[in-house]
Amino acid sequence: MGLTGLAIFKLLPKTNCKECGVPTCMAFAMALASGKATLDQCPYVSDEAKEALDSATAPPVKLVKAGAGDKVLEMGDEQVMFRHDKTFYHPTGVFIEVADNADVAAKVEEINGLVSERVGQTYEVDGIAIVNASGNADTFKDAVATAAGKTDKVLLLSSEDAAAMEAAAGEVADRKPILNAANADNYEKMVEIAKKISAPLVVKGKNLDDLADLVGKIDYKELILDSGERETSKVIADLTQIRRQAIKKRFRPFGYPSIAFTTEEDPLMEGLQAQAYISRYASVVVLKTTELATLLTLFSWRSNLYTDPQKPIAVQPGVYAIGDVTPDSPVYITTNFSLTFYTVQTEVESTRLPSYLIAFETEGLSVLTAWAGGKFIGEEVGPWLKDSEINEKVNHKRLIIPGGVAAIKGKIEELSGWEVIVGPREANGISAFAKLKLGA
Amino acid sequence: MPVEILKEKFTGKVQEVVLGATKEEGGTRAKTVTLGGSSTLPFMQYEGEIPNRPAIAFEVWDIKPDWHECFEPYYGDVWDDPVAWAKKVEGLGADVIYLEFKGADPELENSRSADDCAKVAKAVLEATTVPLIVQGPGHPDKDNEVLQAVGEAAAGENIALGVAEKDNYRSIAAAAMMGKHCVIGRSPVDINILKQLNIMITEMGIAPDKIINDPMSSGLGYGIEYSYSIMERTRWGALIGDKMMSFPIVILAGPEAWRAKESYAPIEEAGPGWGEQKPRGIMWEAMTAASLLQSGGDLVLMRHPEAVEMLKKHIDDLMKPNTY
Ligand code: B12
Ligand code: SF4
Repeated sequence: MGLTGLAIFKLLPKTNCKECGVPTCMAFAMALASGKATLDQCPYVSDEAKEALDSATAPPVKLVKAGAGDKVLEMGDEQVMFRHDKTFYHPTGVFIEVADNADVAAKVEEINGLVSERVGQTYEVDGIAIVNASGNADTFKDAVATAAGKTDKVLLLSSEDAAAMEAAAGEVADRKPILNAANADNYEKMVEIAKKISAPLVVKGKNLDDLADLVGKIDYKELILDSGERETSKVIADLTQIRRQAIKKRFRPFGYPSIAFTTEEDPLMEGLQAQAYISRYASVVVLKTTELATLLTLFSWRSNLYTDPQKPIAVQPGVYAIGDVTPDSPVYITTNFSLTFYTVQTEVESTRLPSYLIAFETEGLSVLTAWAGGKFIGEEVGPWLKDSEINEKVNHKRLIIPGGVAAIKGKIEELSGWEVIVGPREANGISAFAKLKLGA
Repeated sequence: MPVEILKEKFTGKVQEVVLGATKEEGGTRAKTVTLGGSSTLPFMQYEGEIPNRPAIAFEVWDIKPDWHECFEPYYGDVWDDPVAWAKKVEGLGADVIYLEFKGADPELENSRSADDCAKVAKAVLEATTVPLIVQGPGHPDKDNEVLQAVGEAAAGENIALGVAEKDNYRSIAAAAMMGKHCVIGRSPVDINILKQLNIMITEMGIAPDKIINDPMSSGLGYGIEYSYSIMERTRWGALIGDKMMSFPIVILAGPEAWRAKESYAPIEEAGPGWGEQKPRGIMWEAMTAASLLQSGGDLVLMRHPEAVEMLKKHIDDLMKPNTY
């Protein structure tokens, strides 16, 4: 709940000096309330008013950052409960645990190597959680130093022993690691350590009540919330409450990013559990497994969930060369919806026959959607093809179109002078098609 | 500081639909399956009731499917025989059998006749004890014929007939009404069409407790985010009292997941960092299903027995009480 224009007006100087660029303090208050102005445009607000206004106009979930260099993880700063209301902005950070008494160097290297690629995207683990499983401060400190030397991913240091944390955090002060965790017993010391290196601090309660209590006692704003719950159904309830209280009620103690930890032992089951946490708003999820199937599916889900529902991901329309093309190379056409484009591109690549692939401008719609919407039809493709640069690149006029839109063949031929070959319906038929029809 | 739990005050709920009929009810099923009934968002038991857990349906085809070879060890011995196949999936834990008459497609050589479909459906009912869903070949005229014949043959069993679409709902809905069966209304990832179709089906006189919706789920990585959001909006509509958005939803996780290259590509043809096909395929299906359960699926259509096993455990965990 932001403040109303009237409530803001009461806090302004009421001198109507116009320096903010609008004629009256009242007008400025209205602009602030609707987010069209920012407080720093008025030079005369009192500090007291500033604080009241700042907290009222602050985002419902604070933006908290961890990591350094080009591996900074942004958490929080979300505005809505449902992605269809606007969008989700900061994809859940995926971390993998490493015990401090294991072979840390080897494990970190293994995690560094967990990189997968699909539909033009590269998926990587965001961070490494070093757990003080040994209970020994020196072991922990060494493990953290080793990990830091092996990776530039975000680090999360996990120990509730403040002395161990202090020593380990000192090793990586410039890396802005996430410190996990402050509880009722250690929070004073933990906050001190976090403040010293401006690192985000996880606050771990025994339940939601206890968590709110604890946050209330902490005079530090770089926080991440953990309700302490570990049972799947309860964790999703708590994560939902944290998000809802922050967004709908502006309940300040819950206005921070959240973190969840998997407990499933089976690596695949762990993936389903982590999925539930990602779906239910976790800003960070910490896993144990390095199973590729789990990570590939989890990253795919995260990427889907965090796509802006208003604009499909599109690639630049145009003519793409795949392999060492020659004037004889075949020419395929598809749409510029990134999912469609990359699916087709992968399949054309796998024919090992150098080819041209046209990404036709459909405002990021898939083949059938664009066809149904009148954007991938003969009347559009034909005239474009007639004048396209592809005419200079090849010495033939044969275009391969997706089987799903066989109906547009005639119109394209009529309007472009090209011959149209209807390809298979699904992209995975392209290999066989190329072998049979193009001699690949 | 006790936190005051913030509950949405919903006035509506998802319509309950019963599939199957026991002897007392005029059928022959050992037990029925109830879909829907939730008066809260998925798994948020603290603000409403979730009387029925999501149910699992297994795919069974009337012809040998063109599925990936990894299914051979599970179904290879039965997929020439829909009756044996149906029996097998019941043993694998199917709450519901989802029988698809792919072989009745008129474009196929030796296309199965509607009468023959009715015989197969009848035999499947005799060989199994769980409720049945029957889907036509996806060809408007043939769908009508097949579903009408099956509906008659299965009178009293309270099966579900699918799928009725905007341009082709009348005769399928009529067949359902005649045999007192349920009908599945399919809409193309479009909330307006979903609602419109429900209104039209209802106007024909079909009772609300006989309607299931198939909003055309897409698979993980291939448009699932659209399905997810359409389903979230539909569930929200149901909870705030829009009766025409309140029908239980079926998710097509199995068939959609196995269309994706990520599920079936062998490691030599897989993308970088994809790993072995076996866990990847199972996971692609299970993840598709689990993600869509979070947006409000009531019945999940599945294919791989190991993905089902995982999904069941996951649902067990999600259904543990979480009231404050
Ligand atoms: C998600 C979706 C949407 C999204 C759009 C997403 C997007 N960015 O395109 C939204 C919700 C916006 C939408 C809107 C509409 N949609 Co729509 N939509 C879908 C859905 C569910 C998935 C589409 C998708 O992402 N497919 C995945 C991509 C990768 O597929 P693809 O582009 O076709 O590519 C494949 C093949 O064509 C082939 N291929 C591609 N290029 C090439 C090239 C060559 C050379 C070859 C050989 C092969 C090949 O390979 C790919 C992989 O196999 C489909 C149903 C379905 N499950 O398929 C309906 C669907 C495409 N939509 C449909 C319709 C009618 C519409 C609307 C007109 C109305 C509506 N609401 O449904 C609007 C029009 C929008 C507009 N503004 O004009 C219909 C089209 C029916 C038809 N045949 O005419 C479908 C099929 C649903 C249905 N059964 O009714 N839609
Ligand atoms: S600058 Fe400040 S004091 Fe001056 S009119 Fe604007 S709001 Fe009022």
